Order: sequence, then structure tokens, then C-alpha cells
Amino acid sequence: MRRVLSAVAGLVVLIALWEGYKAVGNPEGTVLFGVRILPRADDLSMPHVWDMLSRLARPELTGGRPVWQVVLGASLFTLGITTVGFAAGAVIGLLLAVAMQRFRIVERGLLPYVILSQTVPLVALAPLIAGWGGTVWPEWMTVAVIAAYLAFFPVAVGMLRGLQSPQTAGVELMRSYAAGWWRTLVKLRLPASLPYLFPALRLAGAAAVVGAVVGEISTGTRGGIGRLIIEYSREATSDPAKVYTAMLGAALLGLVVAALVSLLELPLMRHRRRVSVVTM
Amino acid sequence: MTAVSLTGVSKIFNPGRPDEVAALSGIDLTIPAGQFVSLIGPSGCGKSTLLRLIADLTPASAGTVEVAGKPAARARLDQEYGIAFQQAGLFEWRTVQRNVELPLELRGASRAERRARATEMLALVGLADFAGHYPAQLSGGMQQRVAIARALAVHPPLLLMDEPFGALDEMTRERLQSELLAICAQTGTSTVFVTHSISEAVFLSDRVVVMSPRPGRITATIDVELGTRDDAARQSPAYFAAITAVRRALRGPGPVPDIVEAEGAAAVAAPSPRTSGPASSATAAP
Repeated sequence: MRRVLSAVAGLVVLIALWEGYKAVGNPEGTVLFGVRILPRADDLSMPHVWDMLSRLARPELTGGRPVWQVVLGASLFTLGITTVGFAAGAVIGLLLAVAMQRFRIVERGLLPYVILSQTVPLVALAPLIAGWGGTVWPEWMTVAVIAAYLAFFPVAVGMLRGLQSPQTAGVELMRSYAAGWWRTLVKLRLPASLPYLFPALRLAGAAAVVGAVVGEISTGTRGGIGRLIIEYSREATSDPAKVYTAMLGAALLGLVVAALVSLLELPLMRHRRRVSVVTM
Repeated sequence: MTAVSLTGVSKIFNPGRPDEVAALSGIDLTIPAGQFVSLIGPSGCGKSTLLRLIADLTPASAGTVEVAGKPAARARLDQEYGIAFQQAGLFEWRTVQRNVELPLELRGASRAERRARATEMLALVGLADFAGHYPAQLSGGMQQRVAIARALAVHPPLLLMDEPFGALDEMTRERLQSELLAICAQTGTSTVFVTHSISEAVFLSDRVVVMSPRPGRITATIDVELGTRDDAARQSPAYFAAITAVRRALRGPGPVPDIVEAEGAAAVAAPSPRTSGPASSATAAP
């Protein structure tokens, strides 16, 4: 209940900031020495929140479906792609982390490339992967691969740190129980890595959303929220509120993914919640 | 029946490298079953390394280490010992009960057997009411008791302890010492106990093994006979005599201020046979 209230309060503050700036800000933006340091506050650049909401209710094109239906449909389409990419990325990241923990030489050899992989610009990579779309796999799969490509990184790095987190005492204890590598992994390293895994999954979730949206744009995949943002932004001069409805959809997508990760965390992190120490 | 037997054991870390360290050399030690033996010495004397050799957590560079009549590696695989460290090292995501069950789980014990044994062990260390708690909810002393329960869960014939009470306050420490002695007496477990506290070593042990550093070696073994170990034993002349003997062995040759005299004339005046007993069995440092 308290969390819901604070979430609502955060939303109210955000809206107040937006509308507050619109009320006091210079419609032409604040320019200092020829550089615009504050954005324009006119209706074209920053439409009113209620304009965005009311735009959701009106049809996309004359006689067409209302915008909220289109945005929701596109968000769901992208959510599907994001989920596939996120799951694949998480699994790959997990496997890489386990391999790097198991073999020191893999860590030394692979980790620099794992980091390098993220410095390659996505837009350069997308056409490369898009080449397989339609032949090796369906079009949407290309976008999922891009999402996975961004999502695996935080999981691999965070998970490796987590797998290496148990102290010597714990590892020696497992050795004293004659437990091999696998059972040490299952009973000690994996549970110990959970506090590292969940923040990594959150990052991966956000990265997967960004990957899916950017992937849709750069591969020209139709039906998703990324495509919608591009389409609506072309109409920004005549219908400024419309592009923001698509952005709301993207934001909602991010929230849903974050919520999914939290749901995953809930049953696994039970021991972290009750911490009143008994002193006897 | 011997619980532990070490012959000509040495341990060299990083052999052949510039940072080579001779941690232990020429260790011969035999511990009969049921005995409580303490390893004491200044830091760097290799007492923890010696314990880890017995546990087969690290291999010996030379010599043989036998536990329960088998090579140390075999004994580890057969779970012939339980071990407890200075940090309780409980798994924070498991309840107290499930922490104690861990070694049984790895042994493939059935769920019912695990539960029964863990309950029994928790009762032994006086934590039966805390089975459902998580380690983070317990104080340091309670966590250490859980660690002892876990070490004893498979009913090992040998208990290895590396400064298990080192991080606890004096009061908790003394209480746990008494509890540990009671448990060992009840279960007939042999114990190797690493400590840097002279009083702790003397109070707990049948035999105190004194070590010295660079390279780590045994300089003296002192037998302690206190009879029943209770609060009265902590005041007895034999207790102070043994403390003096251990202290003297730790300091090595040379004049040692007689602590017994300072503790009270009565302790010195009592011509206890033990005053000479421990001293005679102590082999003086070279």
C-alpha cells in the first residue's frame, strides 16, 4: 500500500514539474550566449499532460482506432520481443558467468570481449543481424537478437561478481562436505549470487527495452512501439501530443518489465526482508 | 584408536617461487580418539594451516596425514570430520534448520532423517526455538552455536575448530566453552581446537600443543588434567599451573615471571602433582 502511494506521489511530482515548467518557462526556451540551456515551453514542444491523455482517447487517423488501442497493441508487440530478447540475454549472460567462474582462463579471455561487445554501436550492428531476418529467422527475431545482445551484458558481469562473492569459509565448508564444483554451484554460489543477479536483471530489462525499440527503428520492423514513435514524431508539428502517447507506451513497457523482474525476486529473496536481530 | 595422526608433515606455500614460505616443518602429532587437543601459538605459527591439513583443505608438502586411520583426502570424502571457522559462515538464505541440514543434504540423507537430526542438534546447542529463523536475525554467539550444530550434524568422530569463539565477547565465550565441552563429552567426539587464548586452550583441552613460527613447528605438548571442567576448575591451582606451563612454553627459553605467584599464594603453596606433571611432559623449545 505504501509503495503504491509513493509511486503515485512520484507521478504527481513529475506531472507538477512538467506543468510547472510550462507555466513559468519561456515559450521560446532560455538562450544564453546563443546556446539553448532550457527547452522551449510552448505547446508544440511540451504539450499539456491532459492534451496527451485526451489524445489517447481520440482516433489515430480520422475514422480509425483510438490512439490508446494502437499504442497498447504496439506496446504488447514490443513487450513480446523484449521478453524473448531479455530471456535469451539473461540465459546467455548466466551461462557466460558460470563458464567464467569455472575456468579462470575463460574469464581472462572472454571478459574483455564481453565489455568490448557493448562499445560497438548498435546502429552499426543492426543491419548486420537484419541480414538474417526473413531467411534464417522471422523479422521480429532480429529485433529480439538485438535486445538480447544488450541484455546479456549486465547479467554476465553482475552474475560473475555474484558467483565469486562467497567467502573462502563457505567454499572450504563445501569442500569439507566433499561437494564438487556442481554441488558447490547449486548450493552455495547460485544462492549467494542472487543479490547481485536481481540488480543486473533490472539493468538487463531496461537494456532489452531500449534494444527492442532501437532495433525496431533501425531495422524498420513494423507493428512495435519503436516504429510508432518514428511515425508519430513525423506528425509532431501538427499533432505534438501524439508522439508523447507513443512515449508513454514505451515508458509503460519499461515499467512492466521492471515489475516482472520484481515478481521474480519476491519469492527468492525472502530472507532479506525480516532482519530484527534476536540477542540472547 | 587414533583420531588424527601426522608424521613428518611439512607445508611449503609457493614452493620454488620468490614468495616461498615454509609454513610448517617436521610435525609429528597423534591424537587419540575422544581427546580434546588445542593448537596454540602466535599468529603465523601455522596452527590454522595444520588444521587445514587435517581437514584436507590444503595438501601437505611432505609427510602423511591420517584421519580415522585413512588418508586425509579419503577421510574428507567420507565426511569423517565436521569443521567450524571463526566466522560462523552460515548461509544467509537458509533458515537455521536448513543450515544445519546442509551437510546431511549433501550426504543424500532423506528429508525425514535430515529434519530429525537437525532438530536433535539444535536442541543440543540450545537453539531448538530458533529453527525457523534466518542467520541475520541471530546474535554472533547464536550463529556460532548454529555453526557448531552444523559441524556435528553428521555425527562426525572428529570436530575441527579454527578459533570458533575468537570473535565473541568473553561472557558468551565462556558459556560456549562449557557447552562445547558438554557436547563433546556427550557425543564422544575428538576435537582439534585452534586458539590464541591460553586460558581457553587450558580450560578446554586434555592436551595443549604449543607451536612457534618460522617455520611453524611444535615446541611443546602440555597435558592438562582438571577433572570436571566447571567454574571451580577455572579457579583451581591445576588450571593456573597449566596456564603458566603453556605461557612458559610459548615464550620459549628464558626467565618467565611466575604468574602463579601473582594469582595468590595459595595456588603456589598447594603442592599439586600437576604442577610438575605438565612441566615434565613439556618438551622444551630448542
